[in-house]
Amino acid sequence: MREVYAVGVGITSFTRLEYPLSEIAAYPAMMALKDAGLSKVDHVYVANMAAARLNHQSGLASAVVDTLSLTPAGAEVIENGPASGASALKQGYMAIASGLHDVVLVTGAERLREVNNLEATDAVATLSHPLAEYIYGVTLPSLAAMFTRLYMQKYGVTERHLAMVAVKNHDNALLNFYAHLHEKVTLEGILDSPEAMTNNPYVAEPLRFFDCCPVSDGGACVILASAEVAKKLKKPLVRLAGVGQATDSHCVHERAEPTDLLAVRGAAAQAFKMAGVTPSDVNVAELHDAFTILEIAESEEVGFFKKGQGHLALERGETRIGGKLPINTSGGLKAKGHPVGATGVGQAHEIILQLRGEAEKRQVKDAKIGFTCNFGGFGNNVVCLVFKREN
Amino acid sequence: MSIDVEKILRPTDNPFPPFQPKYMMLAGGEEMVIRQVSREDIPDILKHVEPLLHVERDYYDVVAARLYSELLAYYRYRVQDEYVLVAQINGELVAVVNGRSLSKDVGMSYHTVALRRGLRVGAHAFASKMEYHFDILGQKEVLIVAESPIGFRRWMIEYELEKRFHMAHELGGVPSWSLTKELFNKARATLVVGRRPVPKHLLEKAKAAILPPTDPPKAPADLLAATRSMYDSTGTALMSQRWQQEGNA
Repeated sequence: MREVYAVGVGITSFTRLEYPLSEIAAYPAMMALKDAGLSKVDHVYVANMAAARLNHQSGLASAVVDTLSLTPAGAEVIENGPASGASALKQGYMAIASGLHDVVLVTGAERLREVNNLEATDAVATLSHPLAEYIYGVTLPSLAAMFTRLYMQKYGVTERHLAMVAVKNHDNALLNFYAHLHEKVTLEGILDSPEAMTNNPYVAEPLRFFDCCPVSDGGACVILASAEVAKKLKKPLVRLAGVGQATDSHCVHERAEPTDLLAVRGAAAQAFKMAGVTPSDVNVAELHDAFTILEIAESEEVGFFKKGQGHLALERGETRIGGKLPINTSGGLKAKGHPVGATGVGQAHEIILQLRGEAEKRQVKDAKIGFTCNFGGFGNNVVCLVFKREN
Repeated sequence: MSIDVEKILRPTDNPFPPFQPKYMMLAGGEEMVIRQVSREDIPDILKHVEPLLHVERDYYDVVAARLYSELLAYYRYRVQDEYVLVAQINGELVAVVNGRSLSKDVGMSYHTVALRRGLRVGAHAFASKMEYHFDILGQKEVLIVAESPIGFRRWMIEYELEKRFHMAHELGGVPSWSLTKELFNKARATLVVGRRPVPKHLLEKAKAAILPPTDPPKAPADLLAATRSMYDSTGTALMSQRWQQEGNA
């Protein structure tokens, strides 16, 4: 297989965007093309989950490729729930690694705020099992709450640990112009003060308001290219060195041990093996913290910390910028935002900036190896990526 | 014999008990003071409300225009039985709420404007004015409407307001909703917070000056294109404008 490089990146603010979905996909693509110094690509992959349902738009890839005047490049939508973004990057990787194409544009976009939060939550909930979960009112927050309760009982994670994830990621988002939430939060304000229960009410106990990601619109783009093309462009060489994907049972209750995220474990192991690195080699990571508990759990499953010790590393400040392994320097889904189909591409965008040394105030010093975990369903379809800085 | 027209035009001077200031901690750890202001404070508030007339987002323009007129009418003695509360963080004006007493038993809620978005600033201020109506004025219900979907979510849904559609609200003549004392008591444990007395240093800071909002609501970057985009699925104009705004042209 040929080597694959990330040669251009672009992003919109993750927030409420007041323009059409096709533009939310196209705008970061324009930025990425400019960043790469390219005007043409061979193929376009558009990551999206809910366009037909929420935005009354199907065939999104055709609209995007035309908006960008990139015809006659091939174009298609990749849908894998909240992991659509990393799945689209994986498709792009395969297209170049196989020799089918030399330059591929992967753009993710979602416009959830065209509808109200209840409809958006319901749309995302449709990725649960239709007969065993959804019809009983299961939503992603409710699944995450049950998961959190088990995790607390088994590993001693507390609400304070969850709040510490929120505080850290909100702090990081303050350094990210494109983040959805530019609001500092403190443990006192969301946990300890007499007003904390109103400031930070339970959404699905034990998860509170600040344990859940916002509902965001947004787009992000990464352009992938062959080594031959990448080496002609005057950009730091960042290679997509490892790709892993794994699945788990659709229903969470069918898992032998529901607190084990086997798809995360499997996808990460594949990605690390392909890249020829270990978790301890990683300098910066973006994990899928749609709920604060997931940052802790994923940090263990991918191998950064032993099972049941992620919250202890958090306590020690190891996952802060300046710590041993900064996690979610962008603010993560928790504060940067979660435009579902764009999220995985947004994670890659952050890691590529970090490896290029272009992450400004949130830059991790000397970052050479970065990792992303894009968590589809409730951990039933996960895609992990490893990026390496080469020059 | 001369007639004092001004005396005729002015509202009746009905004394009302004051709102006792309170304070609360926000999610970000900042302490917010909510207090009643007097007529003399209104010009300082108007300066910070006026820019919102031009914010065509979430009905800030409509709300600010109406609030401006209500505050001005209060300042110039052209509204009956109005009161105004402000929320301040380190002196900075972050919310304004107002209303008036319609009768002994009924209050008329006017506006809730958050000048700093997020962290429930507006929600805390709204809860405080309802507290004024029920706990201090002793009213039985407050008539409420919302101009924006955010307001509808915050008041009609969160407080589970009752319909009083046979009664036109003073804001636009639209059908009223009602927050009864029973509904307010039901929401009290979860939505109504605050501590009294306010520490001296916080209250003095708030009273010293009504400082301008540091991060007021802003209009969309390109309103014309944003509106046009509703009809133009390719939105070429929007893309080119945004492109230029970010310094890429």
